[in-house]
Amino acid sequence: MGEELKQTPLFNYYKENNVKLMDFGGWALPIQFSSIIDEHQSVRTYAGLFDVSHMGEILVKGNDSEAFLNYLLTNDVSKMKNGQAQYNAIVNENGGTIDDLIIFKLDEKGYLVTPNASNSDRVFQWMEKHLTGDVVLENKSEEIGLLALQGPHAERILQKLANNDLSKIKPFHFVQHIELKNLSPVLISRTGYTGEDGFELYLEAGETEKLWHLLLEAGAEEGLQPCGLGARDTLRLEASLSLYGNELSDDISPLQGGIGFAVKTKKEADFIGKAALTAQLKSGVDKKIKGLKLVGKGIARHGYKVFAENGSEIGVVTSGTKSPTLGDSIALALLTTTGSDVGTNVKVEIRNKLVDAVIVQTPFYKRESKNKL
Amino acid sequence: MMTEDRLYSKDHEWILPLGENLVRIGITEYAVKQLGDVVYVEVPEVDAEVSAGGEIGTVESIKSASEIFSPVTGIIIAVNEELEDGPELVNASPFEEGWFAEIQLENPIELQGLLTEEQYKTYIAELAAEEEA
Repeated sequence: MGEELKQTPLFNYYKENNVKLMDFGGWALPIQFSSIIDEHQSVRTYAGLFDVSHMGEILVKGNDSEAFLNYLLTNDVSKMKNGQAQYNAIVNENGGTIDDLIIFKLDEKGYLVTPNASNSDRVFQWMEKHLTGDVVLENKSEEIGLLALQGPHAERILQKLANNDLSKIKPFHFVQHIELKNLSPVLISRTGYTGEDGFELYLEAGETEKLWHLLLEAGAEEGLQPCGLGARDTLRLEASLSLYGNELSDDISPLQGGIGFAVKTKKEADFIGKAALTAQLKSGVDKKIKGLKLVGKGIARHGYKVFAENGSEIGVVTSGTKSPTLGDSIALALLTTTGSDVGTNVKVEIRNKLVDAVIVQTPFYKRESKNKL
Repeated sequence: MMTEDRLYSKDHEWILPLGENLVRIGITEYAVKQLGDVVYVEVPEVDAEVSAGGEIGTVESIKSASEIFSPVTGIIIAVNEELEDGPELVNASPFEEGWFAEIQLENPIELQGLLTEEQYKTYIAELAAEEEA
């Protein structure tokens, strides 16, 4: 295995250290280094380090960058200040989600857009197709490596390598050109996908392995562990963060997929999909992502059907696992909106058996805020 | 941890003869390693009739659900109830405390079709080589 799969800059490191690699959406990446549960708990308690270099990076530059992105994306790009990151969705004319992504405002004329790995080419092509005005696109996905350092000890660990005061980087903000030891400049954002405090570090692909080692060394005392994508998935699910291909897809709008907060139909700029999303808001969405907790035994997995107590089919599980933090079997499911209030008893079909579950408030897990507001 | 008194299936179950026409079954270390952290185990019901190759339960890891197939035909006479609250026993002790069920054999001759420890070791070495290639 390996030849036909895309490789991140850490591929050789994985091979040399006999880290087992899996096909993760066409990329060779580790699901786990030791155990998903250990890695998960390490992120919740101390810190974890993830290779997320498979994520895409697209540079959008030129005088009309803001107008262009505002036409393409559902959130209000005009509200962004330099050094700010914004969670966003890119939708088609019907309001179906092409991708969810984070955009970084580098300066008045430049943005960094980070689509999901599997959607990277598609997003780039979509952008090219709708290109207008003075805008230049550059797909930097292969040149940029990306590591995510997540967990309550993340700041303390990263601070050992940095001269500037990292506590000044607020959530969903970033700083460019940071010198970490003798590496080329790194872009550090206070973002992540685990429900914990943490940073994402964008750097030259060729230096990713160096940074990986520097961080693991710096974090050894703080309990930092290398983590695979298995823990990333259980962490994001506990935090109820939607994942493309599960809670979001071409057939699921951002309003249905649990990221309505990134849809600003009232922003000044017109945008692709606006009419469809406005209509959905007006009439109310017919189906929506909800949280489930299993009362009976088993694990509800992606694709399992969900039924109301009266036996009618009301939706489908989009992601499910046993929550390592809570011990419960939890799931996100796309359910018809009517009759899906929190507290409603439902049933999940697990291997031809109907297992009791209840609709619960999300997120399943929320960290205690340590930031002074 | 493998022992010579056990037999093995290509589906990665071990079969331990306990007495006359009675066997205990579980899954091997190889299977556990493939699965990762086991978080739920569905065992069959006592008195259920099972046939060789038929599904008798499910082991679920964080990432996936995997069926357990009965290597033999017979009647379930005991299941490991400890697994209900302690599925992690399968990871911690697949050959001992993480056992799955005990089956009264209907066709003891079926045991002859199973792999010896040595044959099973060769088999998983081949699988590992295939995976590398």
